[in-house]
Amino acid sequence: MASILELHHLQKFYATQKAVSDISFNIEQGSIFGLLGPNGAGKTTLLRMITGIFYPDNGHIMFDGKRFDPVNDIIKIGYMPEERGLYKKMKIGEQALYLAQLKGLSKAEAMEKITFWFKRLEMESWWNKKVEDLSKGMSQKLQFVITVLHEPKLIILDEPFSGLDPVNANLIKDEIYGLAQRGCTIIFSTHRMEQVEEICDHIVLVNLGAKILDGTVGDIKQQFKENQFSIKLHGITAPSNSQAFNILDQKANAFTVKINEGFSSNDVLQHFIQQGIVVESFNEILPSLNDIFIGIVEGTKSVTRAFQPVTD
Amino acid sequence: MNKTWLVAKREFLSRVQKKTFLLTTILLPLVIFGFYALIIYFTVKSTDDFKVAVVDNANIFGGKIPSKGDISFIFLKDESTENLKVRVAKKEFDGYVIVGNQFNAAANDSLVFVSGKTVGMMTRSDIQKRINNALENQRLLSSLNISKKTLDSLQRGNEIVFSTLEGKAEDDSKASASLIVGYISGFLIYIILFIYGTMVMRGVMEEKTTRIAEVIISSVKPFQLMMGKITGIGAVGLVQFLIWICLTLFLRVLLPLIIPGMAEVTQPGAAQALETAKSSGAFSQVMSSLGGLNIGLIVGCFVFYFLSGYLLYSSLFAAVGSVVNEDPQEAQSLLLPITMPIIFSIVIMQSAVNNPTGGLAVFGSLFPLTSPIVMMARIPFGVPGTVPYWQLILSMALLVGGFLSTTWLSAKIYRVGILMYGKKVSWKEMSKWAFRKS
Repeated sequence: MASILELHHLQKFYATQKAVSDISFNIEQGSIFGLLGPNGAGKTTLLRMITGIFYPDNGHIMFDGKRFDPVNDIIKIGYMPEERGLYKKMKIGEQALYLAQLKGLSKAEAMEKITFWFKRLEMESWWNKKVEDLSKGMSQKLQFVITVLHEPKLIILDEPFSGLDPVNANLIKDEIYGLAQRGCTIIFSTHRMEQVEEICDHIVLVNLGAKILDGTVGDIKQQFKENQFSIKLHGITAPSNSQAFNILDQKANAFTVKINEGFSSNDVLQHFIQQGIVVESFNEILPSLNDIFIGIVEGTKSVTRAFQPVTD
Repeated sequence: MNKTWLVAKREFLSRVQKKTFLLTTILLPLVIFGFYALIIYFTVKSTDDFKVAVVDNANIFGGKIPSKGDISFIFLKDESTENLKVRVAKKEFDGYVIVGNQFNAAANDSLVFVSGKTVGMMTRSDIQKRINNALENQRLLSSLNISKKTLDSLQRGNEIVFSTLEGKAEDDSKASASLIVGYISGFLIYIILFIYGTMVMRGVMEEKTTRIAEVIISSVKPFQLMMGKITGIGAVGLVQFLIWICLTLFLRVLLPLIIPGMAEVTQPGAAQALETAKSSGAFSQVMSSLGGLNIGLIVGCFVFYFLSGYLLYSSLFAAVGSVVNEDPQEAQSLLLPITMPIIFSIVIMQSAVNNPTGGLAVFGSLFPLTSPIVMMARIPFGVPGTVPYWQLILSMALLVGGFLSTTWLSAKIYRVGILMYGKKVSWKEMSKWAFRKS
């Protein structure tokens, strides 16, 4: 599939530090892309370069097959920054209209789209309310509508679910899926790993201004698996060791085993089957993104611990 | 450009549609005018008809105290104090003065004025003045045998006419008219710079504290946002001024109709006492020589200096607004370097209206940070008489250059500052942002 966004060796320096040093990756059209990283990793700077707020000091961005041109491409991008807000004293309808016109929509187009989205998310009665009268969740919803209103090709959401209750979070999540199905590409930036695991196809992890991980969620999990399996045996409380695996942990008849190098999961099963032990369940334990994230981020701080297993 | 226009429209409408705008624009001047009208009304009204009985036993006045306006004098002879008291109680008159047989005007003997109720200040001084005038006349006549009229003409000084090299006679009233117009225009610009400058600053701070800045910056260039805001608020200022001018004209026409007494106060005629007639004569002379000033040029220059001065300072105010966080105290300390030149301008203006061709006045009217106020104070004195064309043109050119460069520098600070949260910004950092390339 074609890439909607290609970053080529982007660099951005602030007076004293490197905010982004040489980051490159591609984002496929129609995918939900996760941009992860701890605080201060350079995510916001990266997003600001993608949205044309900052110019990169080095490198370039290709947007939709062409060199990124902030002035004309801005209408194809919807950005919901982490530091977001609305004019408190302005009526919601007028505000949505104003912000849509600022994106470059005509007044008629903007009205039509606002009516559509307000109806869709049951916000029609809000038109004449002021933002200061809305709850935090409601204004988040409004902010989301304002971001996607002009049907951008690329939607960038920085911590979109903060402040939302589960019901509204699900509503927004469904909208995000819907937009992706209709061909929108979504960049999703967050620290909340369970959301990333649930939503994103592809992720990039940045830390200290550099890219550390790049791949699909499945691939990354495979890459970081530690050959650990959970096995549940019928009626057995103390299985014998074999050269194929080590037992790491035991809870009643459930065991966590680590398969040694050169052996496969079949060797483990064979070991028990030969002994006539009934295997009730057998699962591979994949690390959660959270574990991977924490492991890597902590690892990059001290070089000696880089990419070491973090189970102990 | 189109987006700048959108921003300006929002800034303008959101302010003009607010109730406080209506309140400050229409109600405030109305309240002030109403207040003045009330004061004038009561001062006019309070001098009720007042009748004074003069028991002139020594026949000093000879019945010659003029009864003018609200105060009238009646002359009696040989009335007893008891009788007078009864007649005051009956309200035949409000008070009486007894001039005894032995009264000697030349010896400055004192007179006692007795009244039923306490007499108001205005009436009191009026009575005093008239009686004293009559006494003075009497003294002059009796000791020197000349009338007061003759004495006045002896004392009057000869007139000295001030003229410029071009041979145009400059009367006093024109100089004072220039001074008044100069002072008022300079002061108006001072007020405009402060009111609308801080309005821009608060607008920028609002965008920062409500965290909408980044949302908008993702669709509009920071420069467009800043210029839109400055333009919109500038338009609010122009509209507000237009309304004020219309209101003033309207009230000037309307007020004398509502309160007839006003006419006497604003256009003093022969009915007033000698002193007031003198000063108000000068006043009406000043008023009439206002017409002699080049009003078209003054208004044109005013609009130019108003707009350019506003553009120069508002972008600086915007830059300050963009770097402060929620803390208004922080804004105070950052504002100081901006308010200093404005206050300096006022100081220079004071000396410029008194000496419009002095070195300080010329410098102040050329230097872009002070020229909007100082030059506006000098222009009413005459172009090219007091302000040569080269000074005017140079001052305008420097001011345009000035606002272009402050806007350019401020835009660079604004661009960085508006997206910066939580950190207190030092002057060093701000100047680094301003002078950084790209």
